Parts: sequence; structure tokens; C-alpha cells
Amino acid sequence: MMEEVKEVTSTLSVDRDNINVTEVLKDGDSLTFLIVSQKLSGTGEYHVARAYDDFEWLQQHLFSQEDVPGIQGVIFPPLPAKAQVNASAKVMKQLGFLGLGEWQLYCKALETFLRQIAAHSILSKNKAVEIFLTSSDPPGRQRVRKNIFNRLSQAVEEKRKEGHKDVDQFFQTERDQNLVLAGCAKTAAERFLDVVQTEQKIAVACGHFSAALHLCVEPGEDSDKQAFSKACVKLSEVFDSMKKNMTSVAENNVSTLGLGMDLESRYQEAEKEMLFRRTCKLVELESARRNAEKAKPVKKAAMEEVKKAAETEFDHICGVAKQEIARFQGARVEMLQQALVQWCEKQLLTAKESAEQFNQHLQTLRGMA
Amino acid sequence: MAASSDRIPPPFPATEEPGVGPSDVADGDSDEGEDIFSNPMAVSRGVSQPDNVNEEPPDLFSDEEEASSTTVKSNGVHSDDDNDLFADEEAHVELSTDTPGSSARKEPSTSVGPRPASSFTRSPAAMQPTSLEQLEEEESNDSFDVDVAVTNPEKIGDGMNAYVAYKVSTRTSLAMFRSKTFSVRRRYSDFLGLYEKLSVKQSLHGCIIPPPPEKSVVGMTKVKVGMDDPSSVEFVERRRAALERYLQRVVSHPSLLQDPDVREFLEKEELPRAVSTQALSGAGFLKMINKASDAVNKMTIKMNESDTWFEDKFQEVENEEQQLRKLQAVVDSLVNHRKELCGSTAVFAKSMAMLGNSEDNTALSRALSQLAEVEDKMEQLHQEQAASDFFIFAELLADYIRLLGAMRGCFDQRVRAWQRWQEAQSTLQKKREAEAKLLWANKPDKLQQAKEEITEWEARVTQHERDFDRIGMTVRKEVLRFEKEKAKDFRSQIVKYLEAMLQSQQRLVKFWEAFLPEAKAIA
Repeated sequence: MMEEVKEVTSTLSVDRDNINVTEVLKDGDSLTFLIVSQKLSGTGEYHVARAYDDFEWLQQHLFSQEDVPGIQGVIFPPLPAKAQVNASAKVMKQLGFLGLGEWQLYCKALETFLRQIAAHSILSKNKAVEIFLTSSDPPGRQRVRKNIFNRLSQAVEEKRKEGHKDVDQFFQTERDQNLVLAGCAKTAAERFLDVVQTEQKIAVACGHFSAALHLCVEPGEDSDKQAFSKACVKLSEVFDSMKKNMTSVAENNVSTLGLGMDLESRYQEAEKEMLFRRTCKLVELESARRNAEKAKPVKKAAMEEVKKAAETEFDHICGVAKQEIARFQGARVEMLQQALVQWCEKQLLTAKESAEQFNQHLQTLRGMA
Repeated sequence: MAASSDRIPPPFPATEEPGVGPSDVADGDSDEGEDIFSNPMAVSRGVSQPDNVNEEPPDLFSDEEEASSTTVKSNGVHSDDDNDLFADEEAHVELSTDTPGSSARKEPSTSVGPRPASSFTRSPAAMQPTSLEQLEEEESNDSFDVDVAVTNPEKIGDGMNAYVAYKVSTRTSLAMFRSKTFSVRRRYSDFLGLYEKLSVKQSLHGCIIPPPPEKSVVGMTKVKVGMDDPSSVEFVERRRAALERYLQRVVSHPSLLQDPDVREFLEKEELPRAVSTQALSGAGFLKMINKASDAVNKMTIKMNESDTWFEDKFQEVENEEQQLRKLQAVVDSLVNHRKELCGSTAVFAKSMAMLGNSEDNTALSRALSQLAEVEDKMEQLHQEQAASDFFIFAELLADYIRLLGAMRGCFDQRVRAWQRWQEAQSTLQKKREAEAKLLWANKPDKLQQAKEEITEWEARVTQHERDFDRIGMTVRKEVLRFEKEKAKDFRSQIVKYLEAMLQSQQRLVKFWEAFLPEAKAIA
């Protein structure tokens, strides 16, 4: 067991572009992920096994870096919800695309999470990251002290602050825009998931039809019977092709655009959380200013101190936030572009292959007397 | 987005090779030369044949408009387009020259008439393989030049008395019709009336009478209320297509075509209103078929089948009906999922459009909006695929399940004929016994009567025996014909389906190719 992390800064010893979640192992109800990272110096890799709790441990450490100025202005890479074997319907709904299939997408999402942390100028310096990626023992499971970075939907009082008018037009615009985009992205991702699930149902139905047709094959040397049987066999093959086509279409949807929409949706939420933290700080600052103004001479100096501290912190946060927003906007456009291009290319290839297959079936059928 | 959602089918381009594919027919009744019926390949087979038959590779269908016109026909949203009266999917264009054994006639002469009824009577002793071969040969030489189409559904009247009138158009070169092309207006009950008349007359001969589509109180009530909503439109189109297939099967049957009732149905301006069609509701229809079976089952004299062919066939028919029902269930499920996919695609497209609108980055916003448009086009594709699945397969299966039911009816008719023969024989026997008694009792006047009765019944027995043999022959012939038709029907539907699928995929490829540069342009 590792000691609690005391130092905060370090340099990552792995290549941040080469972190891979290569496998997932099922152990009863829990899942273990194998993470392989490339050493920066020399050759060699780190192979570590981590459970979801370990990812949370990492996240908590990153959240609780109170010594880092403006840390609250960071848009934290979002960690996917916890995956479980035999997950309930509610959990599956929450996971959305990531819950499909045999966790390949989930691994991809975790991988993205780690890579984004490793690439972050502030976050990558945290020693917890190094430990997480390189230590052969699992990182400590002790509860890190509660931090303020938890769910947005804390208390009703907190919720009220969400709508608090901003002093800075840049941030007000960003907040408004984020609200709209986060909603749209979430809806679009959910709707896309519906499409994919229906496509999967169609694939299954095609498979059933294909199988059922085989039962219609009639024995006998009668030429008409044979013609009918051949037709049934051919149709069965056609529907088998259709099943494969539909399955590919659904897979393409999931692995490119689905994944992209999922990430976009979660990242918009992460930005929302950052903006909310800043807004809360703003409220705190305004309150501190009022207190300092109204303070009786006895308390005045202390209130002024508080006010100054709040101002400094708020400035730091705004500075970091502006950088983060710029980086975020660039990164998400790039990510979405890649997702769209890959999606289009894969679907185009599948459509061409499918057309070719249908054509062949048609030629064969026409050739059959 | 506008182009792809254009649902009005344009006339087929004039660049089509004359005599092979369908040509532009301005009016269904015109006799212009380049129509499909001057094509020696045009054979009425009662089967839905693909119309855009060309030997060129399917790239010909890359034009969206044309593609949507072919598939829209099966969708049936606009079937009242005179241009395509006989060029729609249900027209009879024999699949091109690669079917050497097909019944394509070489000359459209009218001398190839139907076989006279006398060919049905053969001596029972000739029930050997040779006669079967002859039967099959006869089958392949039979070919007729009659084509029918059912189009232009029109709501007549208002409220609960409203009904739908269809245009029934015929093109023929047979002399027995008054003219070469003509059309009449008929309503659904007229079709039912025809079926009833045919059943009464023809089933005694062992023919398989194609059954018409069932009544639907729910469907018709919706239509009576208003013909505009999608489910009414779908219902009317489904019925129109089914009525067309029904008529095609009737006219392609050599003996049924000879029936004056059929001719009257096709030609006569006004038909007397068929009133006794209440019996032919969905449930009533099934009852009619089962009535024959019930009669058979209630027989006290069990038929001893001397010819196992009939037993085996009957079993096959029952099995096949089961299998087709299973297939039908799967296809129904598939059609439902496709419709679901239409819905979810449309909803997704909207959400993407919203995302695109809210997006700041211009190129990304543009790409997302394009994505929404692509998805809209795909929804259209899914609609057409659902229609394909439905009209090509679901209805095909439903038709054949009904036809198999009709076939079972034929078998039962044969058994009834056997019954009548046996009953006549037993009556004859009784008469002979009575005569013998009279001889003993020495009553000359009654004896004369008895002798007369015996002669009468001997004739009857002979007649019934002949009837039984004849019906047996007919049933065999019908079964052979049915199997041939079935193989062709299924094959041609599969080809049609594949062509539609291929078109879809090709359009899809175009959509993606158009979208790719948009996606790449995002900076």
C-alpha cells in the first residue's frame, strides 16, 4: 500500500500520447482494467492493473490540490460513471454508449480520460498521476478528505447561485452558451443511442428471417421445388448479408460519432462545473466586499484581508479559466471533426461494401434459371 | 434536402431501350407503339415483376428521382399517375432473356388460346408419369396476353356510406374481349363478388381460386372518415396492390380467364352491386375454407386414398402454410423495427440540427447542420426500405398463405367429389337390391320403374366417377401450376427486393460522399 501522496508536483515519466487501456478483466462483479504506458526515457512499458475505485482516487487527488492557484478554474477531464457487470437499467442508461458491447468503448473512454490528464499542464504535475500510471501496487484506497469539487447539484442554495449574473461579459456569454450546448449535446447523444439500438434490433430480426428461411427448403428432385428452395437459400444469404451490414452500421455509429457525442456531452458538463465553481467564488467575493464595506472598524482589517484573499483567488481562477476555455474550445472542435470524419469514412466504406454484396447476390440470382 | 423528399414520380426517361423496359405511356388507354405490350416478352403471369429491367449494371438507378419513383410506387403514396399505369412494379414484364425455359411467347398472336375444357377429361387409367409430363409441358406452353392494373383509388361519397373506387385497366390482344384496351371503375365489394361467383362455379372443378384481400372494418372506417392521414393512405395502397395481384392471378389462370364473370368484371361499365359479400369478411372467408374441411372431417365413409400423391401433397401444403406463417411473423417484426428506425432517425436529425444551430464555430455548425440533413435523407431511405420489406415480402407471404388455404380447399373439394361418387354407388346398390326384391315379389309394373331408376343411377355413378377423376386431374394440374408460379413469384420478388436494396445502398454511398468534404472542412 502506498502512503498518502504528500508532494504535489512532479514530471510525468510516461509518454502522454501513448497511454492505453488494453484490456478489461471481469472478476465476479467487478472490472479490472489493464493500463499500458510507454516510458519516456529508454524503452519499456509500465503495466498496471486498476479498478474503478483507483480512478476515483486519482480524480479526488486532482480535485484536492488546494495549493495550486486557480485550480478551481480547471476544466477537469470527466471520468465516466462507474461500470458494473450486470448493471441495472438505470446504470446502463447513465452509461449510454459506453455501456454497449463488451466494454470496449468504456475502455476507450477511460483511456481518453487518462490521456487528457497526462496532457494537462497543471494536472499532469500531480504526483498521483505518476503513481497511478506507474506503481505496480494499487494506489491507496484511503478516503481523501472531502473536497469542494463534488456534484453540481449539491444543495438548493448552491443551485440558486447558478443563475447569478456575471460581472464579465466573456464569462456570461460562455455560461449561456455552455448551458445550451450541454443540453443539446446530451439530447443528441441520447437520441443517437436510440437509433443505434433500433439498428441492432433490425440486425437481429434479419438474422431470424435468414434462419427461418432455411426451414423452408424443400427436399425433392422436382424442378419447381428445387427452384423454390434455391430462391429461399439465396434470400437467406441476402438477409444474412443485411444482418452483417446493419451490425457494421451500428458499430460504426457507436465507435466514432457515438463515442464523440458521449465525450462532448460529458465535457460540456465538466465545463459547466468549472463555470459554476467560478460563479460561486464570484458570489463569495461579492459577499466579502460587502462585508468589508459594512464592517465596523474593529473587524475592518480582518474583513479587508478576507476580501483581498478572495479577490486574488478569484483573479487566479479567472485567469486559468480563460486559458482552459480557449483550450477546451479548440480541443472539442478537433475531437468532433475527427469523430465526424471517421464516422463518415467508415459508413461510406460499409455502404460501398454492402452495395457490392447486394450486386453480387443480384447477379447470382439472375444467373440462376 | 428538397430533392430527396420529392415524392412525385417523374415519367421514366425516354432513353430507355424500347421494347425492353417500360416506356412513357401518357394515357393507359393509348395504343402508342412503344408501350410494353408490344413487347413479345410481356406475359401475364399474375406475378409482380420488376419493371426497370435492363441488362445494364444497376448504376442506372443512381439518379435519386428515378429511384424514388420506383420505390414510391410500392409505397403507393401517389398511385394515380397515368404515365406509369402499366409500368409500375406490378406490371408484367417478363424477366429478361436469361430465362430460356420461360413461357415467353414468340409471336403475340391470339391463336394461342386457352386449352378447351375437354382436355381435362382423361381416362383414369392414364394416371401415370407420362400424363404428368404432358401436363407439365402443357403448362409451359400456356401463355396469355392479358394484363390488368388497379390504380387511382378515389373516395366516392361522404361519411359512413363512402367507399373507394378503383380504376381497373386491361390491355389484351385476345379476341374474346371487345377491345384491346379498356378500363372500368370497380369498388372492393365488386372484387369480393367476383370471388364468390368464381368460388361457387369453379371450385367444383378443383381449381385454386386466388383469394382477394380480406375486409377490414377498422381500415375502411378510417378511410371513410378521411383519406389524408398516413395510416389511411397506407391502408388504401395496401388494398390497391393486393387487389391488383388478385386480379393478375385470376387472369393468368387459363380456366378462370374463360369465365364470363371475369370478362364481365373487366369490361362491363356498371356492375350490379354485389350484396352477398357479408359472408366474405375476414372471418367469413376463413369460414368458407374451413367449411369444406369440416364436411370432410364429418364424413362417415373415410376416403381410402388410392393415390398417395394427394395425401403427400396435402401434408406438404399444411407444413408449408405453417412455415410461411412463421416467416410472416418475422417479417412483420422487421417491418416494425424499420418504422421505428424512421422515427428515431427523424428525432435524432432534429436534435443534431439544434446542436448545429447553437454551435459557435462556423465550420462545425455547418457540418452539424449537414449531418442533420443527411440523417433526414436516411429517414426517407428507411421509409422506403420498410415499404420494400412490407410490400415485397410481407404481402407476398400473406398472399401465399391465403393461396395455400385455397389449395387445401381444392383438396377437400376432391374428397367431396369422391364422397358423392360413393354415395351414388351406395344408392345404386340399394336400387339393385330393391329390383331383386321386386323380381322375387313379381310386380312387373314396379319392376319397370325400378329398372329405370337403376339406369338413371348407373349414369349418375358414371358421371360422379368421371367428375372425381376430372377433379383429381385438375387438382394435380393446379398444384403443378401453383408450384411453378410460386417459384417464379418468389424469385422475382427477391430480385425486386435486391434491386431496391442495391439502389438504397447506392444512394447512401452518395450521401456519405457528399458529406465527407463537409466534415473534413471543419477547422
